[in-house]
Amino acid sequence: MTRGRFAFIIGCIGLLIGGAEVLRSPDVSASIVAASMLATMLRFATPLTLGALAGLLCERSGVANIAIEGMMLSAAFGAFLGAAVTKSLLIGVLAGMAVGVAMATLHAWLSVSLRVDQIVSGTVINIMAAGITGFLSTEVVRRQALVGAGLLPALRIPVLADLPVVGPVFQQQPIAWMALLLVPLTHLVIFHTPWGLRLRSVGELPRAAHAAGISVIRTRYTAVMIGGAIAGIGGAYFTLESVPAFEPLMTNGRGFIALAALIFGGWTPAGAWAASLLFGAANALHINAQQFGIPVPAQIVGMFPYLLTIVILAGVIGRVSPPAAVGTPYEAD
Amino acid sequence: MTVGGGSVLGIPPSSEGYVLEARGLTKRYGSVIANKEVQFGVRRGEIVALLGENGAGKTTLMNMLFGMTAPDAGSVLIDGGPVRLQSPRDALALGIGMVHQHFMLVPPFTVAENIALGVEPSRRGILDLSDLEAQITALGRRFGIDIDPRALVKDLSVGQQQRVEIIKALYRGARVLILDEPTAVLTPQEADDLFKVLRGLAHEGTGIVFISHKLREVLDVAHRIVVMRRGAVAGEVLPRDATPESLASLMVGRDVLLRVEKAPSVPGNPVIVVRELVVNDDRRVRAVDGVSLSVRTGEIVGVAGVQGNGQTELVEAITGLRATQSGSLHLGERDLTRATVRERTDAGLAHIPEDRQRHGLVLPFTVAQNMILNRYYRLPFSRWMVMQAKAMRDQARDLVGRFDVRPANPEARVGSLSGGNKQKVIIARELSRDVRALVASQPTRGVDVGSVVFIHGALIAARDAGAAVLLVSAELDELLAVSDRILVMFRGRIVGEVEAATATREEIGLLMAGGVGRVIVPATN
Repeated sequence: MTRGRFAFIIGCIGLLIGGAEVLRSPDVSASIVAASMLATMLRFATPLTLGALAGLLCERSGVANIAIEGMMLSAAFGAFLGAAVTKSLLIGVLAGMAVGVAMATLHAWLSVSLRVDQIVSGTVINIMAAGITGFLSTEVVRRQALVGAGLLPALRIPVLADLPVVGPVFQQQPIAWMALLLVPLTHLVIFHTPWGLRLRSVGELPRAAHAAGISVIRTRYTAVMIGGAIAGIGGAYFTLESVPAFEPLMTNGRGFIALAALIFGGWTPAGAWAASLLFGAANALHINAQQFGIPVPAQIVGMFPYLLTIVILAGVIGRVSPPAAVGTPYEAD
Repeated sequence: MTVGGGSVLGIPPSSEGYVLEARGLTKRYGSVIANKEVQFGVRRGEIVALLGENGAGKTTLMNMLFGMTAPDAGSVLIDGGPVRLQSPRDALALGIGMVHQHFMLVPPFTVAENIALGVEPSRRGILDLSDLEAQITALGRRFGIDIDPRALVKDLSVGQQQRVEIIKALYRGARVLILDEPTAVLTPQEADDLFKVLRGLAHEGTGIVFISHKLREVLDVAHRIVVMRRGAVAGEVLPRDATPESLASLMVGRDVLLRVEKAPSVPGNPVIVVRELVVNDDRRVRAVDGVSLSVRTGEIVGVAGVQGNGQTELVEAITGLRATQSGSLHLGERDLTRATVRERTDAGLAHIPEDRQRHGLVLPFTVAQNMILNRYYRLPFSRWMVMQAKAMRDQARDLVGRFDVRPANPEARVGSLSGGNKQKVIIARELSRDVRALVASQPTRGVDVGSVVFIHGALIAARDAGAAVLLVSAELDELLAVSDRILVMFRGRIVGEVEAATATREEIGLLMAGGVGRVIVPATN
């Protein structure tokens, strides 16, 4: 992640919020626009950030992960079920994580141990997650008339949460806080710990890691499974923090946008987070455009992040390369 | 950290004094015996060369000594005591270090990060490389290896990367250093520097196992030479009792004529005519800076130069793999400056590329498929846009025999062949048709002695059949033996031209370093 790229993304976010301010109708106050842009952006960015971090751990170890969507969807269901059955939101989150880890373990088993093509393995998980959660939501949830256990309450930071405009930033639900916490934590682990160095070596040149006495297989399993736990938290967001119910396919492609944010951010936690915020900001503008009285069709605004993705992936502001060994199963000889 | 003496296991040295010893090591892969009861050992401060052709079992032996492969029978001894090496980690812990042929360095990591990998120093769980960086600098100073611990490995030259590998092994306390074909990727100068480092290490007590198939350097650097053939030790000699010829016949199992025999060249009209060629490299820096040259029918023109002086880009521009900025290329009368690769091929240009794995072959394809890569679209291989399997098979069977490709199986995957045989597949494809001009780049790099002799013969045969041959090589001996004239490149220009029959290594070496030669081709631009 270059500083330039990070600054570019933050600049784009500024542009979106600034654009909303410039284009708002005079009836809406500037501070309301800013406050609701910030709040919506953070809300949208939460599952994207968690999904991108999940993918990051996985891909940095050399395992391509297009299964973030499936992991989050099944975790969303697991979290709902866990909370609904036990009436405990905490157990709900843990259940989501457990489901995420289970799906990740399947991905690792298929792609690391059995050396199935990693894209095929990811596709399998995505399709399986959609099928199983759809089936179970009709068979179990509807038939048993399971009702959700409600939503996780917002945690306020005293004083700061009462500030005008930026107040919403300091008043978020636990999973949103966790996403914010995991960004620097993942950065620290990946770039400043011995395990992180090993993880990256396994993702770049596994035979070098093997020659240095590192178990490529174990490192990949660990990374994919931790990623699964983080995707699990991201999944729990949908049913414990957003709406207190499970709907089939409710992740609605957010796992793939998380993957885009990961690539967009150059496979770094800070970059992935910034990219998630950008997608969040564009979404915030998209859904608030009417309310702000912005005279641009919402669909045009909604295109913005995707256009940016194309611009960035085309290499306009410099290229980043993925971990060199992504997609290649390791076979010791 | 121990560099040199000291017994790790507290066992006194064995009577022979071997630090590391293989006793009766045997390894089978299916029906193939890769190593058969191999006896081998290295003492403190000794440089032992392990000489053998590709496929003789050198690498299998080293992999067993380094714990990467488990032997089927026999044992590995350290300081006279048997040890079980289940992984490289075990070998490293016992003081065995290895510099692999393909470096085990992570390109986006720094030197220090690469050296730390697997034995990471940390403080409260956080990676802390500052002490390590100081140690790297200190180790480097001690052994005359100049390296910046904070440099990114991907920014280093191949020679520098190799030094990082050596430092890595020393840092981990290697008392025995195994180097697998360390000079295969080096320029002559880099190789000389490496030998200096190795002698220094041996002087300090490190035992060194040096795997090679280059006779000259083995005679130059080793204290003792162990020759392997077909998985077994064929003989053990001291350099003073050996000659290149005696070593070669020990390696191959029959007498080998090392001298290249060729008649004087009878050059005709110019075929490859390059005028004022300017070519940029990948970083868009000018790599070829106004080169003019011509190669006539019936002559071999060698291009010498230290790697990175524009030879690669020159070859790529002539063969159509890289765009030219200005200047022109003609094949006979025909202007090929902007021609596609296929147009050049059809015009009679053959190419033996520097990187045969990437540009010469499609590794997952069979030998037969690879042999028609330059003509698959023509009769008889393609009829009404349908591939003709029989024509392909017939031709492959013929070429495999004529060009001595082993195994002689047209259906074998090219990726499974040895380096020398891969190269023979390329040569068979390129030269088994009417060729007006041949551009050969490093044609014998990483190739065994038997294949080298064969490839040199093929180049000279192409010349004698009337082709114009441009030969780019990092091996001065090869250029002197095979070429008729030698051009020397330095910083993208041709700085001199010598007659191969009368030139000396020293003369060319001086030109390669930017000195002044006897004949200066008028500088352009």
